[in-house]
Amino acid sequence: MTDVAVPAPKLSERDTFAAKAIRFTMKTPVHIVLAFLAVLWIIPTLGIFLTSILPAQAFTVKGWWQIFSKPSLATWENYRMVLHNHSITHSLWITAQIAVGNTVLVVIVAALAGYAFAWLDFPGRDWIFLAVIALLVVPLQMALIPMFTLYNKAGLYDTVLGIVLFHVAFGLPFAIFLLRNFFAGIPKDILESARIDGASEIRIFSRLILPLGLPAIASLAIFQFLWTWNDLIVALTFGQNVQPITVAIYSNLRQFGANIDIIAPASFISVVVPLAVFFAFQRYFVQGLLAGSVK
Amino acid sequence: MTAGGITAEPSVRAAPPPDSGPGLRRYATGALFLGPALLMLTIWMVYPTVYTVVRSFFGVNGFNKFVGIDNYKTLFTTPVLETAIKNNLVWVAVVPAFVTAMGLIFAVLTERVSWSVAFKTVVFLPMAISAFATGVTWRIMYQQDPNLGAVNAVGRVFADAINPTGVLADAQPSSPSLVGSASTGMRLTTPLHPQGVALLGLTGIPPDSMPSGAKQAVTPKPAPGTIVGTVWRDFKPGGGKPGVVETGELGIPGVTVQLLNSEKKVVNTEPSADDGSFTFKGVGPGTYTASISAQTFAKPWPGFAWLGTKLITPSLLIAYIWIWAGFSMVVIAAGLSAMPRDVLEAARTDGATEWQVFRRVTVPLLAPVLSVVFITMIINVLKVFDLVITLAPGSSQNAANVIALAMWRTSFGGVNDFGTGSAIAVFLFVLVIPVLLLNIKRFRSEG
Repeated sequence: MTDVAVPAPKLSERDTFAAKAIRFTMKTPVHIVLAFLAVLWIIPTLGIFLTSILPAQAFTVKGWWQIFSKPSLATWENYRMVLHNHSITHSLWITAQIAVGNTVLVVIVAALAGYAFAWLDFPGRDWIFLAVIALLVVPLQMALIPMFTLYNKAGLYDTVLGIVLFHVAFGLPFAIFLLRNFFAGIPKDILESARIDGASEIRIFSRLILPLGLPAIASLAIFQFLWTWNDLIVALTFGQNVQPITVAIYSNLRQFGANIDIIAPASFISVVVPLAVFFAFQRYFVQGLLAGSVK
Repeated sequence: MTAGGITAEPSVRAAPPPDSGPGLRRYATGALFLGPALLMLTIWMVYPTVYTVVRSFFGVNGFNKFVGIDNYKTLFTTPVLETAIKNNLVWVAVVPAFVTAMGLIFAVLTERVSWSVAFKTVVFLPMAISAFATGVTWRIMYQQDPNLGAVNAVGRVFADAINPTGVLADAQPSSPSLVGSASTGMRLTTPLHPQGVALLGLTGIPPDSMPSGAKQAVTPKPAPGTIVGTVWRDFKPGGGKPGVVETGELGIPGVTVQLLNSEKKVVNTEPSADDGSFTFKGVGPGTYTASISAQTFAKPWPGFAWLGTKLITPSLLIAYIWIWAGFSMVVIAAGLSAMPRDVLEAARTDGATEWQVFRRVTVPLLAPVLSVVFITMIINVLKVFDLVITLAPGSSQNAANVIALAMWRTSFGGVNDFGTGSAIAVFLFVLVIPVLLLNIKRFRSEG
């Protein structure tokens, strides 16, 4: 932001310099407060990373900050162990399947529905869309018990597919809402000229809507990916042997402390992928967030 | 991470295609595009919602036994479930207000610095991390031993400044003439006169907690006008004689020894040397006693039990605010950047102070954004689950209970009472219905 505090009257070189000096001095407390807050916010994440590269016995004596006085303690041994631990690498694979499967399905199903709500005319359209909006805030706790019962009958309990489909359904209301609003903003002329040219709805959808809607689809995909990668409750309820990384670590939490050399690196590994996605696509993530919450 | 409080945003009214052919074809095209979504929403959301509502009126096992509203009575009369509701009330009262206020402050402050992007990234980072990993992270932060937990390590800096840890935390007197305890300090009952010797023997000190630098205990020669003495570890392998300074017994350095007159007023204070000796000089005629102040025996600060039953909810709230402040900041910052600059400029030109601009212009203009953040946070807080089940150790989970966790523990955590579990889920659903209605109302008025 450009500074607007002083509508600087251009009098002389000295005044400008004085004004600058005053502004800088006035801002120093702001810099200090923000720097302090930034440090405060980074410490927990730094802490779990440093814990993850300390030998387990070191953590029985002193916390992770001992690494600043004894940098030689740092070791990748914990990570080597964790990445050679079959149950952990397997659960990472499960997590990837769930997150990717869900993301792909939500995008496809919601894009189709979003297009229908935005540009197709059929009876009851607005009422159905209103129902979708109503579903936005339904807590997933409402579905745990019936779906648990149903999954057991249908053979979907303890399967990746069962977990994915549950995520897809609960991701849909927000996804449809987001895409419908974005698609509705695409200029009408483009669609109409395509229709006059005789293009089918499927063709319009795949050749026009999807490419034009890419920014919104990217936001949605990132949201969905992070949401399912980080999930605990759904996998905990509908899986037993099918354990994503969160559930695998969770089942180790009872002995918290003694097995810190497994928990800390495994947790950090589980965080690396979301962090990479977040840094790579930060812009889309924030856009999605804003589209979902404010105009 | 679902955004709950949503302002519907159909900025461009969707126009129906000019001519979609005969009615049947319009249905068919609509069904083709909407079919998959409606099928999934029906099976995974609509059907379960109806099922759970009905199920909540039946007993533990299936639909065998109709119990009326008994499950709801259980919900409001079982202590663990009552705790869950009360805790959730605390969450609703604290978190949305804090998160919104912090987001506002952060957003306004970052506008003034050139490195705002870096700051926003750091504060927003926890949003990308799972609530689960956050739970693990904060468990490490909250370890009670100040040597291990960062929060208590910082706490100890303050605790030590107020009440420093003594050199001897576990010592006991070695002879009956030394009376008192670690909490009150110890006093030698033997009266002392100038040129006297005070022998303050202590036992019960583990070798590894002896202060470093301790040397063989020595008793100085008393001179006229002085009172001398020794504080030492009156124990050596094989025992030794209590009350006698022997070879092989170490003096205790750094002990604060006080000399008291006959009115029990402290007239002199001396620290003991590495060999445990101390000398009070310039002692006038009279009767004195010597004592070791309670400070010497002060235990190290044990740290707050952040993960214990008393503090677990505040600990959870802190961690949760740490996660969500970034969300609030980013949304509010976007609202700020969309604000008409000329209004702010005009206020400043009219001589308004920065505070007045903030209070009278910025906040009122941001009110819609602030309320969206606030409502979104209410929804999120009502559904909070992952963080609680991860951060609260098993022994604290009853105390940390919240509605979503209570629902899960009742249904899947061993008790497997689907009747009460359904009732808890319905209760949670009822709590979010006002927001559901608000969303619909907003959509209809704007659409």
